[in-house]
Amino acid sequence: MSAPVPAGVPILRLGNVLVTGLLDELDDKTARAFTDELTERIAADGPAGVLIDISRLEIIDSFVARTLSELTTTARLLGARVVVAGMRPPVAITLVELGLALEGVETALTAERGMQALGWYHGSQPPERGTR
Amino acid sequence: MKMTDEVVATRRSRPASRPTPDPVGPSIGVSGGPSGTPVVHEVRTEEDLLVVRHAVRAATLECGFSLIDQTRVVTAASELARNTYIHGGGGTMSLERLNRHGRTGLLLVARDEGPGIEDVEQALEDGYTTGAGLGHGLGGARRLMHEFRIHTEPGVGTTVSAIRWTER
Amino acid sequence: MVSVSEAAVRDHLTSVLADRDEEIADRWVQLQIEQGAVGSSISETELRGEADALIAALRAGLESDLPVDRVVTSDEDLRTAVTDFSLQRARLGTAPTVTSLAVLSLKEALLEAVQRRVADTDELLAVALTVNRLLDAAGALSFDIYVTGREEIISRQSRQLMELSTPVVQLWKHVLAVPLIGTLDTTRTQVVMENLLQAIQTHEAQVAIIDITGVAAVDTSVAQHLMQTVTAVRLMGADCVISGIRPPIAQTIAQLGIDLSTILTRTTLADALAAAVRITDAPGVSGDQTAAR
Repeated sequence: MSAPVPAGVPILRLGNVLVTGLLDELDDKTARAFTDELTERIAADGPAGVLIDISRLEIIDSFVARTLSELTTTARLLGARVVVAGMRPPVAITLVELGLALEGVETALTAERGMQALGWYHGSQPPERGTR
Repeated sequence: MKMTDEVVATRRSRPASRPTPDPVGPSIGVSGGPSGTPVVHEVRTEEDLLVVRHAVRAATLECGFSLIDQTRVVTAASELARNTYIHGGGGTMSLERLNRHGRTGLLLVARDEGPGIEDVEQALEDGYTTGAGLGHGLGGARRLMHEFRIHTEPGVGTTVSAIRWTER
Repeated sequence: MVSVSEAAVRDHLTSVLADRDEEIADRWVQLQIEQGAVGSSISETELRGEADALIAALRAGLESDLPVDRVVTSDEDLRTAVTDFSLQRARLGTAPTVTSLAVLSLKEALLEAVQRRVADTDELLAVALTVNRLLDAAGALSFDIYVTGREEIISRQSRQLMELSTPVVQLWKHVLAVPLIGTLDTTRTQVVMENLLQAIQTHEAQVAIIDITGVAAVDTSVAQHLMQTVTAVRLMGADCVISGIRPPIAQTIAQLGIDLSTILTRTTLADALAAAVRITDAPGVSGDQTAAR
């Protein structure tokens, strides 16, 4: 694979978590470039987790679903855990009807919950369990 | 989700934006009379896929689909357009608003002059069983629409017609 | 028979409607009450209000240039008056025959008033014929609107019933429950799924409990939809617990060969709530079921 083209999708590093998000205007080329860039960053930074916020996605078709599945597997092979956060209700219903359950992909209701799941807390001390 | 065979094949002048012979047989019309002129979009590049998606979204809004139904139709259109682009080597997608028995529907017709589909049943199975694989996504698209019909001839091309009706 | 010009007939009618409006309205209200048609659902004052509006609109319609046959359907105010009258009855659940009779009794009230004013037999006949045509048209329109109105009410009620029968309740912080009761069909299961997912987003719920204690049986398609709901909930990043699966339903699911290994089930709603609370206490993600097991 040649050097990835910057996808125009920002990838931030927060502690040992890479945070990124997908926009609805995602075309195939951007999606591929994004996959490549994220993979490179995971290999380079060695994060424990990757959070992909998809709350802006108005549809997920089989191409985007496959992109998410492949990213999850790739990241796992590189030692990072991926959480996909913020899927909208209509998108979830449609995906299920499409027959795509995104097996093996961890999900979280919001980006914040996803970050908590990845062990990243706002502030220096983790909050006490069960108080939220 | 119900599927019916109510789609009636009728000959109708082909509303393509570029003059080509019609290699895939009669285009699809719908009983109850036409309620709009089909709008034809080219599906030749990756960018076209986005354009089609936007056009379908706008059309579902116009037809008064619920948010969930909008998502279903746009997703199905995305699958069909991608199928046309990847497997059909490019083609067109037309959108047409329908009215039948007081219900509004949206007809999507994806047409290509590609190699055709050897085994339609198999193609419809793909998306269903493999989940992430999907050469076609056709099976998935079929489950998102109320009416679905494939006309394909090896070496000649493929036309997929799909309708979803609004809720009553 | 001497022909009487339409203009003359309309003149007669408009002046009767203008001069004797009170009398006609009173008589019409009286006739409707005598028929016992409306029962106690509409008060006399309301009937009188309706009558005044309709009579005024009828007069205005006749004063317009519209031909008699089209006055009722084409004159906007008159059409509105007939529409209001019919929808009011559709809403109150008045029987369709009663609604038709009400329109016919206006004919009677109007003809009585005309009779007292027009002496000439030919003229009277011509006016009566016109009254007939007018009010028959009004009757037809009224019936149409009544039926449409009823249909709308029925479909709205069935939608409301559907919503009512699938409430999503918050049981605990970040825990929602849908207690399902009665017969589950595909449509209702879909409504449940849509409502539940929306509620999960709104309440930022972490666990959704689908309690099917009150469901007697499920068929293949409903079982499939339930499983789809569970999958969709997981995709959104929440967890799903199904509680109250009764033996026949367990058998159906077993016969269908549905894989339940990834689905959390509990015997009772209480057990399900306990499991849900444990899940919310542990900051896990969906798909990570270790916290719940």
